[in-house]
Amino acid sequence: MTDAQCQIPNNIDICVIGGGPAGLEAAIAARQLGASVVIVDDNPRLGGQLIKQTHKFFGSKAHYCGVRGFNIAEILTAAVDKLNIHALTSATVVGYYDNDDLGILTEDRLFSLKAKRYIFATGASEHMLAFENADLPGVYGAGAVQTIMNEYGVVPGKKALVIGSGNIGLIVPYQLLQAGVEVAAIVEILDKVGGYYVHSAKIKRAGVPLFLKHTIIEAKGSDCVEAAVITKVGENFECLLGTEQTIECDMILIAIGLSPLGELLYQTGCRIDYIPELGGHVPYHDDNMLTSKFHIFVCGDLACIEEASTAMLEGKIAGAKAYESLYGENKKSKEIVAQAKEELNIIRSSPFEERILFGRTKLKTSTTK
Amino acid sequence: MSGYLIEHPILEFKRGRKVTFFFEEQKLEGFEGQPIAAALHAAGIRVLRYSDKYNRPRGFFCAVGKCSSCLMEVDGKPNVMVCMEPLQAGMKVRRQKGKEDHNDRCSMSNTK
Repeated sequence: MTDAQCQIPNNIDICVIGGGPAGLEAAIAARQLGASVVIVDDNPRLGGQLIKQTHKFFGSKAHYCGVRGFNIAEILTAAVDKLNIHALTSATVVGYYDNDDLGILTEDRLFSLKAKRYIFATGASEHMLAFENADLPGVYGAGAVQTIMNEYGVVPGKKALVIGSGNIGLIVPYQLLQAGVEVAAIVEILDKVGGYYVHSAKIKRAGVPLFLKHTIIEAKGSDCVEAAVITKVGENFECLLGTEQTIECDMILIAIGLSPLGELLYQTGCRIDYIPELGGHVPYHDDNMLTSKFHIFVCGDLACIEEASTAMLEGKIAGAKAYESLYGENKKSKEIVAQAKEELNIIRSSPFEERILFGRTKLKTSTTK
Repeated sequence: MSGYLIEHPILEFKRGRKVTFFFEEQKLEGFEGQPIAAALHAAGIRVLRYSDKYNRPRGFFCAVGKCSSCLMEVDGKPNVMVCMEPLQAGMKVRRQKGKEDHNDRCSMSNTK
């Protein structure tokens, strides 16, 4: 952290925790309206998981259609700079205290920060899967491989087996092929591919084998992964004896989903509901991204495991609404919120989003336990 | 330094200057500022530590500073998350066993 970064202004209006797509859009919206904003992120660079996305986004022009993920990160980071938003990078928020202060840890300092409103945009972490030798080096989160390959330009391995065929399970093998790494197969426990057709079509064209109704039961190897054993599964997802096959690979990529990173938010005492459709334990929030606490907003994967495009729209709403809660509505703030909500509705009207809508209805109608 | 992507159809990699560092007794090369784990992986080192109870080899898992699978000893300081810690010239990186006692060997300076 540089000296300049230590000069955090007093009386901050809004502190955004997490500098990924949701947090950056939140900070930008709030700052554009006139609030003073600080972003805190534990990574050395802003952009969150956008940094490692090499694929072009699709959807409407307003969602950066045709722009690659890492370019979106650059666009948003440039906007943060231009608006003079105070960004603390390589800084981890380690606690939320009773007096509504945040504890922030940097390489050599631990200090507190107070803001009038907080926007939590802490994102999500990858699920692990239990199977024999699942802890062997070479069993990686699919996102982890994306990071070392696309962000740091490291050859991740020679041959990968991918578990899960959601969007991450489809995009990462494609990116591996782009980097010249072999993909042994994609294994999916359901009877159909989980991700978007656009992504699965690319994988099919590349000739990557896809094992539907299969799962992994074992990683083989002494010090590192050398092979994986997969089996067919039956109607109740039970492993079918006698269908085992061994696939040679030096990496097993787990791409079976994400969980909201809510540890920090739990400390605020916000109401948390269990909504499997939204990713598990998620903070209760209304359509304005306000939690059960008047001064805490959420957006992105922390609120609901979805896509970067929806995370950005939620961020805009959270940023504008946090501003409004301090200074009242104005024409511009109402415009930002209305437009983002309309775009969210368009995205969420796709059949892929039925589960999300169902989950959101559950969230709205759920009562405190 | 064969563990790095040189040509990529979409990406261009901006890397820091080439530096040497130590893994156990081995002298390795890496790029300044990249995470230590990335430098080790590129050098073919995948086992980063051994588990506390059963002494099982562990590598990185999340690579974004969340899962604690990649804790190593760096310049005598244990439990460093090497997927986040930037590489610097001359660093001495060691595999660690189990958790190791953090209180013994380092203290936070400049805490408020």
